[in-house]
Amino acid sequence: MPISETGLSRRTFIALAGAGASSLALPFARPALAQAQPIKVGLLLPYSGTYAQLGEAITRAMELYLKQQGGKLSGRAVEFVRLDSEASPPKATELTTKLVQGDKVDILTGPVHSGVAMAMTKIAREAGVPTIVTNAGADQITRQLCAKNVFRSSFSNGQVGLATGKAMVDAGIKNAVTMTWKYAAGEQMVNGFRDTFTKGGGKVIKDITVPFPTVEFQAALAEIASIKPQAVYSFFAGGGAAKFIKDYAAANLQASIPLWGPGFLTDGVEKAVGAAGNGVKTVLHYSDDVDNAENKAFRAAFKEAYGIYPDVYAVQGWDAMQLLDVGLKAVNGDVAKRDELDAAMAKASFKSPRGPFRLSVSHNPIQNFYLRELKDGNNVLVKTVVKEFPDLTTGCRLAA
Amino acid sequence: MELVLIQILNGLQYGLLIFLAASGLTLVFGILGIINLSHGSFYMLGAYLSLTLTSLTGDIFLTLLLGVPLAFLFGMLVEWLFVRHLYGRDHLQQVLLTFALILIFNDLQRMIWGTRPHSVPIPSYLKASIQLSDVLSYPVYRLAVAGVCVVLVFCMIYVIQYTRIGQMIRAGESNREMVEVLGVDSRLLYRFVFAAGVALAAAAGTIAAPIDSVYPGIGEPVLITSFVVVVIGGIGSIKGAFFGALLIGLADAFGKVFLPEFASVMVYALMAAVLVVRPGGLFGRV
Repeated sequence: MPISETGLSRRTFIALAGAGASSLALPFARPALAQAQPIKVGLLLPYSGTYAQLGEAITRAMELYLKQQGGKLSGRAVEFVRLDSEASPPKATELTTKLVQGDKVDILTGPVHSGVAMAMTKIAREAGVPTIVTNAGADQITRQLCAKNVFRSSFSNGQVGLATGKAMVDAGIKNAVTMTWKYAAGEQMVNGFRDTFTKGGGKVIKDITVPFPTVEFQAALAEIASIKPQAVYSFFAGGGAAKFIKDYAAANLQASIPLWGPGFLTDGVEKAVGAAGNGVKTVLHYSDDVDNAENKAFRAAFKEAYGIYPDVYAVQGWDAMQLLDVGLKAVNGDVAKRDELDAAMAKASFKSPRGPFRLSVSHNPIQNFYLRELKDGNNVLVKTVVKEFPDLTTGCRLAA
Repeated sequence: MELVLIQILNGLQYGLLIFLAASGLTLVFGILGIINLSHGSFYMLGAYLSLTLTSLTGDIFLTLLLGVPLAFLFGMLVEWLFVRHLYGRDHLQQVLLTFALILIFNDLQRMIWGTRPHSVPIPSYLKASIQLSDVLSYPVYRLAVAGVCVVLVFCMIYVIQYTRIGQMIRAGESNREMVEVLGVDSRLLYRFVFAAGVALAAAAGTIAAPIDSVYPGIGEPVLITSFVVVVIGGIGSIKGAFFGALLIGLADAFGKVFLPEFASVMVYALMAAVLVVRPGGLFGRV
């Protein structure tokens, strides 16, 4: 029943629709206030799209830390320059350049998405801006592409995968199917997992990938059901993770094929999945109930400030500020002394809500990994899988 | 083969949902001649209405009954405020304005509901699932969603083909002046059609919310898929949108399992193939 007779050719329609759809992703940069005095910290984080809540959690923790220090670090006011990365790699170069050259930030932090991180750290290495990666786990950043001015307050994908593979071997699992979005972060999480899992005697039957950021999983679930592995190792994050866990439970797969994954699968989406997530086991460098004084104080303060408890992303934002604080103290707030600032951050060692925090020679955290199980909307700590676990430093010149 | 049958089921169910979202887009485009980029925002509106109203009413179908009229009224408001100024104007201006609407709606969404993903409960009487193979079950709610979509398809066909308002809609789109001369207020008619498009997108967002999770930007992939459906089906053709959506659903389901390397380009490859064979789309006029 064709009900249209308009003057517009389909060619124009497609062109316009395409132009409109692609411009959905244009950067909406907000002008920053030009102030000479404060230390400018650039935040390239996603404030829209599937990773929006991750960007917000990191930002909130950073703001909370600064607030607790009275808005100043080493006697100097600190100003955050926020820019929405939209988790979009094609825009990362332009946005980072804007922060570095336009806003002239003294310190660069962010992002969440590994693709964005690759472009961001490339510019950071060239410009020499001290940079703290607050989430993105791309292995290369602290392996092949490590640099003296690039640090990570989070994790590397491979590191989390290695720890999870170890936990699954410990649990007696002999074969598994992996499932993730087809993008670098997913592949590295799977590679890390495969490394320790196969070395421990396990077998990966099949690697299933879906295009990023698709959230339609039914087709893949049907395939998993036809393979019937002992367990599924899976990585998704944000809204996609919430949907995957719910779909997995709705397909009744959880009963016969337990779902495992790096902790990102469940962090920040516990409440959204509710009881559907019961039994999902994940391994991460943080767990809500890590038993130390820093964690208790951090959780209480965050809850008071924002009305919700912090997640791992918030912890990473918090530790980015702790790391920066150590560096600034060493140079007495003089951000122009970049070499000294970098050297001080590289040697930093402090107590984090996640446990002891220090950096490897390639500037990736050496940290504990915890096995957690999801129970009625809470990630419950089961045990510590491994203590003070470093990532590989494959190809890093700093390690030589 | 078991897997193939399950994938057909998945594809059809997904396709029906896409159809519901895309039908509003093709309706508004076919009759008003408006390229509505903010269509995805109305899907998002539906999803968030679903979240808020379900927490009040406790039932997704009550939410649908309440939310769709609300979305309809909202659509009339948007048409009155913005869209009516675009009739007969250059398509570039339409794209600019409706794109601006996306940005505004996204910010409003963040202010009202925040950025965390939320979930909407499935009503207890539809919580069951059907055993498809020894380990895989199919949630009944997904079948219910497909059922609601099918009902709405028939409603749409009935309204457009067999009612007076449908007659006016069809007349209005072929000759606006003549319809006005005959005493029909085409401004009201257009407002009705736009609001109906909004209501359809919102309905899709509402019933999909319990199987999706509700998060910022949820409407944007829907917008892009809807455009693909509209192009494949033929611009303005409801029937085309229907078959286009089912094709997309099936291509997506099978692509993911049997050609995983090409899964992300599958639907676009399908679109290109259809355009080569039928440049006007499956049911479109060139």
